[in-house]
Amino acid sequence: MASAGSGGGFSRRRLFGFAGAGVALAGAGAGIGYAAGAAGSDEPAHDGVVPFRGQHQAGIVTPAQDRMHFVALDLTTTDRAEVQRLFQKWTAAAERMTAGLETSENGAVGLNPLSPPADTGEALGLPAASLTLTLGLGASFFDKLGMAGKRPPALIDLPSFTGDRLDPNRSGGDLCIQACSDDPQVGVHAIRNLVRIGFGTTAVRWSQLGFGRTSSTSTAQATPRNLFGFKDGTNNLKAEEPQEIDQHVWVEAGDGPAWMTDGSYLVARRIRMHIETWDRTSLEEQEAIVGRTKREGNPLSGQKEFDLADLRAKGADGQPAIAMNAHIRLASSESLNGVKILRRGYNFVDGSDGNGHLDAGLFFVAFVRNPETQFVPMQRALAKKDKMMEYLEHNGSALFACPPGVGDGEYWAQSLFS
Amino acid sequence: MSRTTRRSAAVLLTAGTAALVLAGCTSTAQPAAPSGGDAAAGGPITVNATDAACEISSAEAPAGNISFSIKNSGTKVTEFYLYGTGDRIMGEIENIGPGLSRNLIVEVPDGGAYTTACKPGMIGDGIRNAFTVTGTAARSVDTNARLAEATAGYKRYVGSQIEALVPKTQEFVDAVKAGKVEEAKALFPVSRTYWERIEPVAESFGDLDPKMDGREDDEREQGVGFTGFHRLEKDLWADGLQPDSAAVADQLMVDMKDLQTRVAPLEFTPVQLANGAKELLDEVATGKIEGEEDRYSHTDLWDFKGNLDGSQGAVAALRPVIDEKDPQLGPTLDQRFAAVDALLDEYREGDGYKSYLTLTEDDKKAMAAAVDALGEPISQVAGVVTS
Repeated sequence: MASAGSGGGFSRRRLFGFAGAGVALAGAGAGIGYAAGAAGSDEPAHDGVVPFRGQHQAGIVTPAQDRMHFVALDLTTTDRAEVQRLFQKWTAAAERMTAGLETSENGAVGLNPLSPPADTGEALGLPAASLTLTLGLGASFFDKLGMAGKRPPALIDLPSFTGDRLDPNRSGGDLCIQACSDDPQVGVHAIRNLVRIGFGTTAVRWSQLGFGRTSSTSTAQATPRNLFGFKDGTNNLKAEEPQEIDQHVWVEAGDGPAWMTDGSYLVARRIRMHIETWDRTSLEEQEAIVGRTKREGNPLSGQKEFDLADLRAKGADGQPAIAMNAHIRLASSESLNGVKILRRGYNFVDGSDGNGHLDAGLFFVAFVRNPETQFVPMQRALAKKDKMMEYLEHNGSALFACPPGVGDGEYWAQSLFS
Repeated sequence: MSRTTRRSAAVLLTAGTAALVLAGCTSTAQPAAPSGGDAAAGGPITVNATDAACEISSAEAPAGNISFSIKNSGTKVTEFYLYGTGDRIMGEIENIGPGLSRNLIVEVPDGGAYTTACKPGMIGDGIRNAFTVTGTAARSVDTNARLAEATAGYKRYVGSQIEALVPKTQEFVDAVKAGKVEEAKALFPVSRTYWERIEPVAESFGDLDPKMDGREDDEREQGVGFTGFHRLEKDLWADGLQPDSAAVADQLMVDMKDLQTRVAPLEFTPVQLANGAKELLDEVATGKIEGEEDRYSHTDLWDFKGNLDGSQGAVAALRPVIDEKDPQLGPTLDQRFAAVDALLDEYREGDGYKSYLTLTEDDKKAMAAAVDALGEPISQVAGVVTS
């Protein structure tokens, strides 16, 4: 008993000391959240704050959160200085929100009661919930602001792929903000407030909610399932593979304009799944289409989920164990000359389509160092040959350049304007 | 040398003003009413408003009460405005019929750059001319005085709108009762323009608004029918005139006069002005952008413009206080109002606007973005003027 008591005292002191260090590291912005965590007894001191600033933007190799709210915006101005001012305002609000705070001090209820609140308030009392906010710039951004010379050559106009049924109202955009968090309301609050701050300079072009991550971006995460019921992203790049991440995700010096160094490219595709017809497909057929089993997720050439797929393996019938038109074969780096991408997509269900079918699918998000050499060949192969395409419809598409991370005292995309 | 030149120029200018004013006086068939005449200005400034011109006898006047005598020599009904910065309405006179003359006295305490405008057909920005006010009239200029000026100015604005709304509604009602469908259709959006400019005030009378501006699908007490503007709109555009259309028209006129009586004693607070400006934009954002309001006639863009004018009128009345408290807000509002106006102008047709049905989804999206862009700074006005 006595020893247990002293042990408890020791650990509490240690916990307090740890929390103190956390406050110092996180800086003044996160102070309130951390202090509250330290004051509670059993609550973890860390309240899910992902640092906003750093070499790279958060929300890319950050372990994929559970929820997403993604918005594509168009500029309503051609004034570069106005856009810079907006990015400064956005940065201030985004940094506060990712620390679990209101967009501005006392923004929700503490200001002039005759004014609309500066913060919309629906995240009051909620934790930071690992909120990350990631900014991307579309090709049209550079054209509208007369900055065509700064447009990175890698920010191409995506070619049209076989079977594309792209809706212009779900495609493109001068810029985008991806909000990911573990609480849907926290993400929605962030997008709503940033959109509001942007009125007059930007207008929403389209937006997408995602309710369940379909990829793991860390080895600490279990592989989640997509709406076809299959584990998705088993072979995804992981944050714990820094060399692979450097090679396939981050833009390096010399890749393009210097302002994009340490940035990445975000490919977004709204992929509607024809859920009802898929559900009428036999298990054997479903597994053959994917190339993996449904329960374990092992490749049809192996036993365990993380067994490497052997594309040359033959089944008892002498046919390839993983069919020639199976999804994992066509998407594998082996079939694509070593190409890999960091997938970070989300399941979505946007109600139903009016014909009694779910408007559901995968909001595919991938981060790559070069879309032309990574995403394009992969999607081209899938669009032409993937048996799964019978159950898919790509109806939204966009490509954005995500500037490097925000350094101390900097604002979003500052390197572009300097 | 230069000193002499300057002095002689000043003398010349003074003489010139006097001569112009004199010429204005003699050419006016009816002298201005003596009551409001400002002795310092030497008599009213005459304005000859035609369909294509707005000829003003002097482009300058000293601060204080400035009198205008406006004659409509054109073929269209016209309006005359004196605007300050940000199209703040210093004074205005509505509904001057062809051949008529009206007098307007405007209190302008501050010297500076102003703008006059005639609006033949009562539409758009009008025919504008620069107008300079010299010197400063004595008055107290603290915030409270400015707020009082703002609310008094808005009260004048509301009054002038009602003054035009009543006879325009009468013309519309008369046309309906005479079975002149085409004429009534042409008058419907004109009368509604005045209504929409002061909609938050009109709506503040909860018993009148449902009768005058209700929609067909509104919930009503048992035995209470669908009446007012939109009922007549439906008759004119969709169903044809009904046996009770004339009775509905009569009731609209009775209600309109009731409204006029009730609005007359109203006093406004600065916060009401600011919130009214916001509500008018909200009306646009939720009703006009959707084409919900005028679902039979599709004259929504006229109402849109009316709401926008009214919002701008309320904001403009508060402008001196806004400029004192937040120098950035006024220019932002100017720019955003202008952007919405420019978009609306793309749909002008004659003295009015195209049918809402001609707007594409992209057109509506652009309108919505411009209205959102304006709505945010407008929502800040109440807080700014009370800070």
